[in-house]
Amino acid sequence: MQFPLPAFMSVSAENPWTYLVFGLVGFAFGFTLEMSGFGDSRKLAAQFYFTEMTVLKVMFTAIVTAMVLLFGAVSLGLLNFNLVWVNETYLASGILGGLIMGVGFIVGGFCPTTSLASASTGKIDGMFFMLGGFFGALLFGETEKYFDYWYTHAGYFGRLTLDQVFGLPVGVVVLLVVFMALFMFWGAEQLERIFGKKDLTKEPKLRLAGAGLLAVAAISVALIGTPSTNAKYDRLTFEREVDGQKVQYTADEMLAERKVQIHPGELLATMADDRLIASVIDVRSEADYNLFHIANSVNVPLTEIKTVVPSLLADQAANKVYVVVSNDEVAATEAWKILVAEAAPNVYILEGGVNNWIAVFGKSEEGIRLLTVSSADVLRYAFNSALGDRYECANPSPLAEWELDFTPKIQLQLKRDKSGGGCG
Amino acid sequence: MVALVTHPSTSLRSAQDGGNLKKPSPLPLSHWERGVKEKNMTTATPIKKGLFNRTAKPYVHPYFGGMVLGIVLFLALFLTGNGLGSSGATSRIVTAAEDAVAPDHVDQTPYLLKLAGGDKNPFDDWIIPVFFGALVGGFSSGMIFGRVKLETTKGPRISNRTRWLVSFLGGVLFLYGARMARGCTSGQALTGGATLSAGSWVVMFAIFGGAYAVAYFVRKLWL
Repeated sequence: MQFPLPAFMSVSAENPWTYLVFGLVGFAFGFTLEMSGFGDSRKLAAQFYFTEMTVLKVMFTAIVTAMVLLFGAVSLGLLNFNLVWVNETYLASGILGGLIMGVGFIVGGFCPTTSLASASTGKIDGMFFMLGGFFGALLFGETEKYFDYWYTHAGYFGRLTLDQVFGLPVGVVVLLVVFMALFMFWGAEQLERIFGKKDLTKEPKLRLAGAGLLAVAAISVALIGTPSTNAKYDRLTFEREVDGQKVQYTADEMLAERKVQIHPGELLATMADDRLIASVIDVRSEADYNLFHIANSVNVPLTEIKTVVPSLLADQAANKVYVVVSNDEVAATEAWKILVAEAAPNVYILEGGVNNWIAVFGKSEEGIRLLTVSSADVLRYAFNSALGDRYECANPSPLAEWELDFTPKIQLQLKRDKSGGGCG
Repeated sequence: MVALVTHPSTSLRSAQDGGNLKKPSPLPLSHWERGVKEKNMTTATPIKKGLFNRTAKPYVHPYFGGMVLGIVLFLALFLTGNGLGSSGATSRIVTAAEDAVAPDHVDQTPYLLKLAGGDKNPFDDWIIPVFFGALVGGFSSGMIFGRVKLETTKGPRISNRTRWLVSFLGGVLFLYGARMARGCTSGQALTGGATLSAGSWVVMFAIFGGAYAVAYFVRKLWL
């Protein structure tokens, strides 16, 4: 079984119980915050005068606990990390927004969720903070149009994780973050001793055991490492409706039963369908791509296919269909295996590749000649010049009367919440 | 488990509220509180019952609270693929109100359009049940530990009115910043921190940086 569970990934009116699942998550969240003392603004503000470092302790304990469990589950193959929402990186708006939040924090004495814990327990200042929050959110919605371009583009790096930034295995980053947190806890306790006049000998000894346990868990995560693309591929399952019944297939069965190889006619129909966004990924060499390619396709040679995974995962549109294309199907199939293993949604293969596309739409086009080639995945046509997508059959009219006979195979699979995760 | 409770005398709150917090608990003690009761036996006062004015019990130890919060965050990510958050809900609730009053305006404002444009329902998002769940959760914890009480938490040198004003102001600033950074301490710092998002770590340090940078100048509010 693979987590996260698809049924839990978004709320929907069709499945009212999903509201209950997220409601319970929120309940536990609010409960723990109140229980830790975050309903009291003084406890939060004390963090910034070094008298009591509860905010830092709770926050970083939560972060490292969740992180170690999360990447532990990834290491053991229980969790597909690519299906977990990772906040996208927007450096400029993130830094400025963060600084503004910091000022709001020390002036108001709360952060949004702690103000909920506070207001719900009758704290009037918490209620005022919530009220101010509604006003602030309103203000942002109304003023965002004046800096929309900056907001959506400045310092945008997409789905970027720290292991990618530092070029380290993710397990090593987990370990480093744990050590950093433990060092911060030690520092925080020293500050409390100095500024808060706190007697550290009264602190429970159990916390040392907890620190040790955390370090051991992090070291295990670093040693086990994360599963390879192949291991993820082997664990994949697909669900298809066959005669009204839901049937599970492995990835290899999907390929063998040709459930993901779509006819050129279906690709053309998909490209012409306003409700769908077809993204054609051409995995051939740049030379072949320059000779001829399907209109609006993007050239990503097979060797570089992994580099586009983060951008595919960041694209949240539920109606996006990716179609990988090679000369025949060999390279496209390899690319498909990598993309689906990395959890890209709705990936298909163009049946017969570019050769078949030309056979269907460009048989009689001038400047294109059929060659006799026997080896697989090689361009079977010769072109008078490298016109790319300026051949007529690169962009066939969907309105022309093509006499095509094919079975549509595309079934949209919603892999995540349409609004994405995060604070949305 | 005794060791996991913050000793009341060490918390900022009890230092300011004097002996009020040291009354023995009127509720049956949970397993981790028995030790505290023994320590506090000396200041026993008559038990005053009532739903909203019971004796507040001490908060749990920060590391324990953090660990539980971490497990909640992990379960959210593990089961649903989404983390925790709340500021997105604030923005959606406001947008829903705007959509009810002026739907045309919503359709013409780029940011609001994404949330409630056309026949889109701004409440159609996981963060809405999380938001209301957190309100109920906070209230429940407050009820169980006897902390539900109409009061204002503030520094000793300012009036309630000043506290309410800066609270409101802080809320305006925080949510403005949170929407700009696409998430608050929960959605960015906690969730993105645990998933190792590079941008979230930057946001987290920016939040702490912003707060520490101005803390000295607003010390009158708190110290």
